[in-house]
Amino acid sequence: MTSPDATDGSAVAARPVPARRSRITAITSGKGGVGKTFISANLAAALARMGRKVLVLDADLGLANLDVVLNLFPKITLHDVFTGKSALDDAILPAPGGFSVLLAGSGMVEYSRMTPEVREQLQKVIDEVAPRFDCVLLDTGAGISDVVLYTVSLADDVLVVATPEPTSLTDAYATIKVLASTQGRREVQLIVNQVRKPGEGRTVRVQLQQVLDRYVTPSLGASIRLDLLGEVPADAAVRDAVQRRQLLLDTMPGALASQAVVAVAARLLAHRP
Amino acid sequence: MAAVCRRSDGTKRAKRRFAGGHFGGGWTQPAARLARLIVIVVVIERARASRRQHNPPAVAHITAQASPSVDVLHLEQALQLLAQSGREPPPGEPGSQEWLQGLVDALVDLSSRDVLTGLANRRSFDLALAREVDRVARSGEAALLLMLDIDHFKRVNDTWGHVAGDQVLRAVAVALQDCVRPMDLVARIGGEEFAIILPNCPALFGATVAERVRRRVEHVPVTLNGSGQQIQVTISIGGAFAPQWVRSTPALWVERADQQLYRAKAQGRNLVQLEASAVSLVSNEERQALFDTFSSEDHE
Repeated sequence: MTSPDATDGSAVAARPVPARRSRITAITSGKGGVGKTFISANLAAALARMGRKVLVLDADLGLANLDVVLNLFPKITLHDVFTGKSALDDAILPAPGGFSVLLAGSGMVEYSRMTPEVREQLQKVIDEVAPRFDCVLLDTGAGISDVVLYTVSLADDVLVVATPEPTSLTDAYATIKVLASTQGRREVQLIVNQVRKPGEGRTVRVQLQQVLDRYVTPSLGASIRLDLLGEVPADAAVRDAVQRRQLLLDTMPGALASQAVVAVAARLLAHRP
Repeated sequence: MAAVCRRSDGTKRAKRRFAGGHFGGGWTQPAARLARLIVIVVVIERARASRRQHNPPAVAHITAQASPSVDVLHLEQALQLLAQSGREPPPGEPGSQEWLQGLVDALVDLSSRDVLTGLANRRSFDLALAREVDRVARSGEAALLLMLDIDHFKRVNDTWGHVAGDQVLRAVAVALQDCVRPMDLVARIGGEEFAIILPNCPALFGATVAERVRRRVEHVPVTLNGSGQQIQVTISIGGAFAPQWVRSTPALWVERADQQLYRAKAQGRNLVQLEASAVSLVSNEERQALFDTFSSEDHE
């Protein structure tokens, strides 16, 4: 197992990188319904508590729902920025957890396919907001569509959310495989959500790593490092918070899942230069 | 069933009311007859008016209440259409709710099928596709759309005539229908263009199904009626999976599958081209390895 420099393999080819102080992390999952948006929102809140200036960009252009999770009713969305109706600054909203959000707004069906225009718009927005924050989290859509792949390609780090379910596992594996082969990702961070017993996250990481080593590494000629950022237990408090459209970290900071998310945030920061 | 009861009850009630002397004793019978006639005429007029407005449910509803007048609704043309398509007349007493429902069902079926091949027509294909897009956005299930086109079909028509062409279309339709599950929808959507919607089709099997369809058409020659001449045709197939968990449109899905069909045509025809999906990048073996490791460690 080699451990290449984190920035080495993950840098996406030949994109002019503007001067900025933030790191951009794409949060993706392959399968939907694994708690990706829940993790994005609460992770952002945890990072904000650690004194970081955080922006979550809802990049789930086709089926955006960060606004639902945060109980926000945005008047101005990414769509308005894309169409030139609003200035970018007006679309950046404060969220309950002490961080900022840039919401896609639902009904962006026309963006469920990545056209050159959407590409350019998204790139422009990210380049513009990145220097103003310490952490930018891109909450991507589910699946492995070209929109998702493109969004991930704009990020420095990629964080895959999976659950121990077989379908989630397969999709997470497929996502990592595609990112490794099409974007040259050599390091992927993993969060295992909805874990039913302690240590299950490690088991998931090990099995994904083994199959990657066996089937992907030979064809790539390079190994992929899968790094477990943490596991978040299946917790009734999570469902409760989601149902009430509140941040778990705000309403139940003592819940097991809250503590787990805080631990993930700490690890994420420890990884960074 | 309930509606039938309601109808007969209503009739009985009407009879009783007219016979029961609300209009006086002497002219009860003629009055009843006249009143019923008026009701019938009014009902027929309303039925005609609503038929003019292309409102079949209203027609069915109104005629159900006025069974004696059913003849006046010119349903014989509908019955002729059924007979012409080789269908049985609707079950039940002519004019009864059951009979009318049977007639409506048969007409719906008739209007959703392609006349030549008996496959789903463009109309029902569009409906099914829209439904599938909505379902997949919600369920995240893999669903595959195949667009198929008979290679060099014009040559068949030019060489053997249009009757032979029709026979080829029918034979291909049978072959396609034979290759898929009952839940899949096979449609003829244009001249020599077909489409298959495969709901809940795991990405791993998509290519297998499409290839089976292609081979089936290739290996079963069409024997022309009369001449006994055998014609061999091939098809090109393009396919794309519905975007999972994503709100999309039927038009986009068709466009993606069509692009693959063009690729298949451009690369020499008699080919299958599926849009690369990430899930299809996970082989059976890898899948097995993922789950094996998991279950063995799980049991420890």
